[in-house]
Amino acid sequence: MYEIDAKGVYYRELNEKIREAIRQHERDIVLHNVCGQYYIGCGLNDKNVKITINGVPGNDLGAFMNGPTIVVNDDAQDGVGNTMNGGKIVVYGHAGDVVAYSMRGGKVFIEKDVGYRACIHMKAYKEMNPTVVIGGCAGAFMGEYMAGGTLILLGLTQDEEKPLTGMYLATGMHGGKIFIRGKVDEKLLWKEAVIVSPDKEELKKIEEEVKEFCNLFKIDYNKVMDKEFVKVVPKSTRPYGHLYIPGP
Amino acid sequence: MELVKDISGCGIAGFINTDGERVSGVDIVDSITLMKDRGNGLGAGFAAYGIYPDFKEFYALHIMYDDEFARKQTEEYLERKVHIEQHGGMPTRPIKKKRPMFFVYFVQPREQSTKAESEEFRLEEAEEFIFKLVMYINERIDGAFVISSGKNMGVFKGVGYPDEIANFFRVDEYKAFCWTAHNRFPTNTPGWWGGAHPFSLLGWSVVHNGEISSYGANKRYLEMYGYKCTQKTDTEVVVYLLDLMVRKHGLPFNVVGKIFAPPLWEEIETMEERERQLYRALRMVYGGAMLNGPFSIIVGFRGGMFGLNDRIKLRPLVVAKKGANVYMASEESAIRYIAKDLDDIYMPKAGEPIIAMLTDEAYEKVYGIKERTYV
Repeated sequence: MYEIDAKGVYYRELNEKIREAIRQHERDIVLHNVCGQYYIGCGLNDKNVKITINGVPGNDLGAFMNGPTIVVNDDAQDGVGNTMNGGKIVVYGHAGDVVAYSMRGGKVFIEKDVGYRACIHMKAYKEMNPTVVIGGCAGAFMGEYMAGGTLILLGLTQDEEKPLTGMYLATGMHGGKIFIRGKVDEKLLWKEAVIVSPDKEELKKIEEEVKEFCNLFKIDYNKVMDKEFVKVVPKSTRPYGHLYIPGP
Repeated sequence: MELVKDISGCGIAGFINTDGERVSGVDIVDSITLMKDRGNGLGAGFAAYGIYPDFKEFYALHIMYDDEFARKQTEEYLERKVHIEQHGGMPTRPIKKKRPMFFVYFVQPREQSTKAESEEFRLEEAEEFIFKLVMYINERIDGAFVISSGKNMGVFKGVGYPDEIANFFRVDEYKAFCWTAHNRFPTNTPGWWGGAHPFSLLGWSVVHNGEISSYGANKRYLEMYGYKCTQKTDTEVVVYLLDLMVRKHGLPFNVVGKIFAPPLWEEIETMEERERQLYRALRMVYGGAMLNGPFSIIVGFRGGMFGLNDRIKLRPLVVAKKGANVYMASEESAIRYIAKDLDDIYMPKAGEPIIAMLTDEAYEKVYGIKERTYV
């Protein structure tokens, strides 16, 4: 284990320290007293590296990351997993807006709530197939312009004052799958998306990911699975095809 | 050449102790400085409430002058218009850049011909008087700008990073129960001393992250009511709209929040009849006061603090509570840096107004009167 005290360290310097540690073949890096440093883990490639963060990391955590695992023992801010290629991010707390923005591969697990526009323009191609599991509730515009990948929303923190998800769900979505535990009001949904039931294979995928989620956050798996899941998918792969060009 | 990335986006922060307990500016400077990268050194500022307890009955005018001539002209004007209880240069530390002069005046409206010398202004008249005075100086006197004009409050702002501006104005030496701060990344308008945030009029002060795309429409709407936009920046309209809607029209803050960031028409259609009527009416009557574009704002006012996001949440805002303290900031880390063991921390929804008020006892202690006004 290689420890770095991040107290008062500027983000650029902190990221350089992390890269230097990896060059020195450190594989288990622990950051203490992190407070708002941007881009932690940005662009790192080594899939054997694990970075543990104590404190609140700044925006764009794990941006362009391609392999390592990041564990945050606190809340995270905006842009977790921005354009991430591979690897895993686990957040023991809540996360801000645009979680998994344009994410292309790997996994993100968030224990509690996330802000607006989770998984905006998440995408997939062949073996690149990102998965995001959110334990709490999400803000509006979840899955906006989503083009691929899997988003699972569990809503475990839901109560009377806190809705499962906000308006404009899946706006502009044209690929990928959103699975939501519990009932979703059709009114929240964009007109070009539909709510259906997941098929057998999809249920297997949900079970698999929820199992991993429950192991990570020490949550009772059976309790999570006792509610049904619904699936949100786009009606068409080209929802804006006729926006500017009228015709069939 | 080294590739340099501009991490654009302004930063805002603010906190209030609802029991009226005053703290120095050190915390707010730390909080906003943690988000230093959200600005680019072209503007920063602070608003502080409760800093002039010895002059709490007087309007504290913080005035910025480009030159001695502007100062002379302004002071001549002030002497004719108001009773100046005390005045002087604002305490500053040296700074390595060209900068304007800053003076503070503690004033009360003074009677001229319309009323007998002994006759006192009613509160509303006094506020209207100061409002017109501020508008006159900003519009008519070249090189003079009133950067704040409220009672027992003040604004400190200029071109620089937050820590530089705080050091220049000796922000650490003031004590306030409510502080707001801004770190600027100017996009559409020049970075000049008057254009830094907070913008302020009477008791209002606004720090803003984002862009008021509806500036033109708001400006024309305000001009009908005598507000002159002179600061070359979009955020200015927010202050004047608040003044218009709360001071003159008597609207409550949660309604003002819904005028600034109204639900979209399709959301209004899904509401129950009574609500629908209200929101329709607000959009029709106050269409000119709607703020379009991405924004998160923190408003300081007499006796409280108010935070708001645009209606589809295109800018960040985090709110936290700990005992009598309420914190707001662009980034969670900016709050966590100055406050440990929070009771609650969350991100408000789009268009959800967050209002924190002084308790009744605290209000009376700070302002010396029981009855609340917001400016």
